[in-house]
Amino acid sequence: MTDNLLELQGVHTHIGAYHILHGVDLSVPAGQVTMLLGRNGAGKTTTLRTVMGLWPTSQGTVQFKGRPIGGQDGQMATPDIAQLGIAYVPEAMGIFTDLTVQENMVLAARSARRAAELDTQRLEWIFGLFPALKKFWLYPAGKLSGGQKQMLAVARAIVEPRELLLIDEPSKGLAPSIINNLIDAFRQLKAQNTTILLVEQNFQMAKALGDRVAVMDNGRIVHAGGMAQLAEDEMLQHKLLGLSLGAHQ
Amino acid sequence: MNTATTTAPAATAPAAIPRAEFDWKPIALLGALLLAAWPLIGSTSTWVTLSVAGLAMGLIIFIIASGLTLVFGLMDVLNFGHGVFIALGAFVATSVMGGMADWTASDSLLRNLGAVFAAMLVAMAAAGALGLAFERVIVRPVYGLHLKQILITMGGMIVGEELIKVIWGPLQIPLPLPTALRGSFVVGDASIEKYRLLAVAIGLLVFVLLLFALNRTKVGLLIRAGVQDREMVESLGYRIRQLFVGVFVAGSALAGLGGVMWGLYQQSVVPQIGAQVNILIFIVIIIGGLGSTLGCFVGALLVGLMANYTGYLAPKVALFSNIGLMVAILLWRPQGLYPVTNR
Repeated sequence: MTDNLLELQGVHTHIGAYHILHGVDLSVPAGQVTMLLGRNGAGKTTTLRTVMGLWPTSQGTVQFKGRPIGGQDGQMATPDIAQLGIAYVPEAMGIFTDLTVQENMVLAARSARRAAELDTQRLEWIFGLFPALKKFWLYPAGKLSGGQKQMLAVARAIVEPRELLLIDEPSKGLAPSIINNLIDAFRQLKAQNTTILLVEQNFQMAKALGDRVAVMDNGRIVHAGGMAQLAEDEMLQHKLLGLSLGAHQ
Repeated sequence: MNTATTTAPAATAPAAIPRAEFDWKPIALLGALLLAAWPLIGSTSTWVTLSVAGLAMGLIIFIIASGLTLVFGLMDVLNFGHGVFIALGAFVATSVMGGMADWTASDSLLRNLGAVFAAMLVAMAAAGALGLAFERVIVRPVYGLHLKQILITMGGMIVGEELIKVIWGPLQIPLPLPTALRGSFVVGDASIEKYRLLAVAIGLLVFVLLLFALNRTKVGLLIRAGVQDREMVESLGYRIRQLFVGVFVAGSALAGLGGVMWGLYQQSVVPQIGAQVNILIFIVIIIGGLGSTLGCFVGALLVGLMANYTGYLAPKVALFSNIGLMVAILLWRPQGLYPVTNR
């Protein structure tokens, strides 16, 4: 019996000839924000992509709600994993730049065939979080600024209710005011009992949002525990995160 | 240092984003080519005749190439075997129209059109079915392997051509126009062939339907998104492989339709018809920007017009004119007329 929504046990991932993940053990409790921290190249992005099935799990198991979605018990295809209720916001955002903001949102809403079928109440909530999206609703997404694209990437992930959000470095390269917008959005999602696994190098953002934290190094989880505990323990921060601690603040 | 707070979302105060402006330059190039040819040809009536012939040829090439450019855009598949669908369509048309000889020989335009449309429908069905088998047997094992794709799809076309020879024979087969579609309308001094007008009408109809499907339907949205970033489309929960098979089959059916139209345009078909047109369609999709339907449309019209104008003005240059056009356009826009973002 577990209340973990997502569970990775001994997960190994190879990308071509390269062995990236070396036995990742990670638990993501339901209804909480779990931060995945670590230096560049530690394996954070690969972990998210492995969960989504974008890289196949070569050893170990990935379970969502107790059901195997990757690994030796059966590798599900990415679309099937997404249809279980997992949304993914990649580091590069994955915005369809030739499509309008509206078209990006319609595409992300699997139940809607056209804009008129989007849930208007939910859309208004999203516009409240990210007003720029309403303003530029009919503009090509490629014309948006970096911060607005990131908002669109997150908005796409929440245009319909999802049980688990996998979000990769949403604050990267963004101005502080936009980061605050994102933090506010994630807090509202958390209040709605949405589970979030968030890769982040901005420790302040991690501290503001995280309930749990897992720190990666060299393709393994080297620390897992409460975010508050790590936030209070500077020695532990330096030991686990080293010089990268303030790198993106 | 950033301080994370729970303040209400700040207004993002974005700088004014310019509304996306349509890129008219490639369309203007088309107009410039039309206008530049006018004084060179000298006679307005000849210019009108050549222009209509060029537009008809271009629209037929567009019909054939539109599926191929989407197939490449969606799955990075270089299908050099696309010509086999053209050839099959054209040969199926010889059988269907041959079997409806009393309809094609009739003076009634309706009966003539009935025979042509029946041939088109059967050819599209046959080419679509062949496309389904081709994707399953030949293309699927070589996803992501460009060199193998080129070799095996060319091999598939050669096998297809040989099978066509087995069924219809190795010789040229006439595909005459039905009675009422022969001849020309005379407008002023210009002579405009009736069939070319029909080809223009069908070509424009296909273009409009494609634009509608791509811009106004969810499937079209998925195709456009898949051309840009298929991994993200899959991450949103859509099975792009199924979408690709659908596009491949639709593209094959369109090539079959184009084969019928090309055969009627030439009024004869040979088993090598696909290989002959293959070069033109690859020029078109490269000129247009791989994966771009609008680029394919403009590129096809440029190729059709250039072939007809140079064929009249400098027949010895005509063979190379489209290669020259491609080189010039790629020097101007290395990614093609309407490059697809993220490619």
